[in-house]
Amino acid sequence: MGFRHKDIIALKDLTKEEIELLLDTADNLSEINQRDIKKVPTLRGKTVINLFYEASTRTRTSFEIAAKRLSADAVNITASTSSVVKGETLSDTAANILAMKPDIIVMRHSVSGAHEYLAKRVSCSVINAGDGAHEHPSQGLLDMLTMRQKFGKLAGLKVAIVGDITHSRVARSNIYGLTTMGAQVFLAGPPTMMPPGVERLGNVTVCKDMREAVDQADVVMMLRIQLERQGKTLLPSMREYSRYFGLNPAVLALAKKDAIVMHPGPINRGVELASSVADCDQSAILKQVENGVAVRMAMLYHVCGGEPVE
Amino acid sequence: MAENTVILDGTGVKRALTRIAHEVLEKNKGVEGLVLVGIRTGGVHLAQELGTRLSEIEGVEVPVGAVDITMYRDDIKGHHEHLPVGKTELPFSVEGKKVVLVDDVLFTGRTIRAAMDAIFDQGRPSCIQLAVLVDRGHRDLPIRADFVGRNVPTSRSENIMVAFDADNKPTEVILQK
Repeated sequence: MGFRHKDIIALKDLTKEEIELLLDTADNLSEINQRDIKKVPTLRGKTVINLFYEASTRTRTSFEIAAKRLSADAVNITASTSSVVKGETLSDTAANILAMKPDIIVMRHSVSGAHEYLAKRVSCSVINAGDGAHEHPSQGLLDMLTMRQKFGKLAGLKVAIVGDITHSRVARSNIYGLTTMGAQVFLAGPPTMMPPGVERLGNVTVCKDMREAVDQADVVMMLRIQLERQGKTLLPSMREYSRYFGLNPAVLALAKKDAIVMHPGPINRGVELASSVADCDQSAILKQVENGVAVRMAMLYHVCGGEPVE
Repeated sequence: MAENTVILDGTGVKRALTRIAHEVLEKNKGVEGLVLVGIRTGGVHLAQELGTRLSEIEGVEVPVGAVDITMYRDDIKGHHEHLPVGKTELPFSVEGKKVVLVDDVLFTGRTIRAAMDAIFDQGRPSCIQLAVLVDRGHRDLPIRADFVGRNVPTSRSENIMVAFDADNKPTEVILQK
């Protein structure tokens, strides 16, 4: 079974076998990240452009390290320092970047669907590093890899996702990926942050309160309250949010004994996660970051042989 | 319809591996500083068999590792979709060791070159020797094996297959015409 996609835009587009192939590849590639010489010649001569229209240190650095460990040449372009501030359209930016003959464009954009638009206009591969409130496939894959490493499987796991579901691309990618792989997803969050009809996405249960979602969960995934965006208008106060939807040791005790705590980062300590929980033995947050490099190496490797999906 | 000829049967494979084990010991004057590294996937099973024989003869455990060469291939552009990646597992340092690289079939030599690159990325062995069950010729690179189970002259259109049972024990070597 091979990976036939030119682009990776959304986990919704991938089959169970394709997700499994990406996770297996990432798992096997993670060994490279433990070596003294963390480099293989696989993508030698390939050029990867990291085109970031939104600020991101962790994802951009992770993609950059992944490209470099595969011997590709990685170039970073951030919107604030590019012609975007001079009014250039995405289409014109793409045409200009394409003229420099890259092999892969890794893009983050604040508009949902921007990647699909780009992928249809360029011959090189496009990887979505987060688009608006749509999807964040590399985050979804690294989350699933972290869970699979801990539990040996994804099918049958109970995963609680807590926070701002409506605006979270991380939640959406995890919902698509996890339900495709046979896990059960339980969602909890303030009613103002729960999209109507989310149950229709698959094996997803919306819980009335956070305790119900966390009860007997294998994984508790906390989402970041995006204080810079919608947080202020959808919540009475951070204190109230933290009281009802923050993960503290008492709520975590409801989950299974060997449950893991996940968070896509950066953490608002004391808001969605108590500091003691963020740093406890059950926290898999740094493991997620570590797995991010291996997952992105797997994505870069596999898109290089793919073809456009008609 | 492909025509199959058995080149080595189960007994023949066992004899070949036993002979290779003795030759390895003779060349290296024992197992001091010796490690076996099999190339995924067939080479790993053979390295394990060879390791068992060396231990039986010398009474000392010889470390066995596995190297996956997918990320070191020189024909990555030729593949429409990329090959699945296997795991490299070297539970020992290769630094200063005598590495015996093990593969099932030696053909163009490109796999061996990739495996040597992969090993050198993990450290600097004192030497690398090559053991193969079958040498079928048609080298593209100046590489030769130190230990060969059987030389089988073939045409490029023919194929050599080493079969393994459910326990990954080699059962026979087949020439497919």
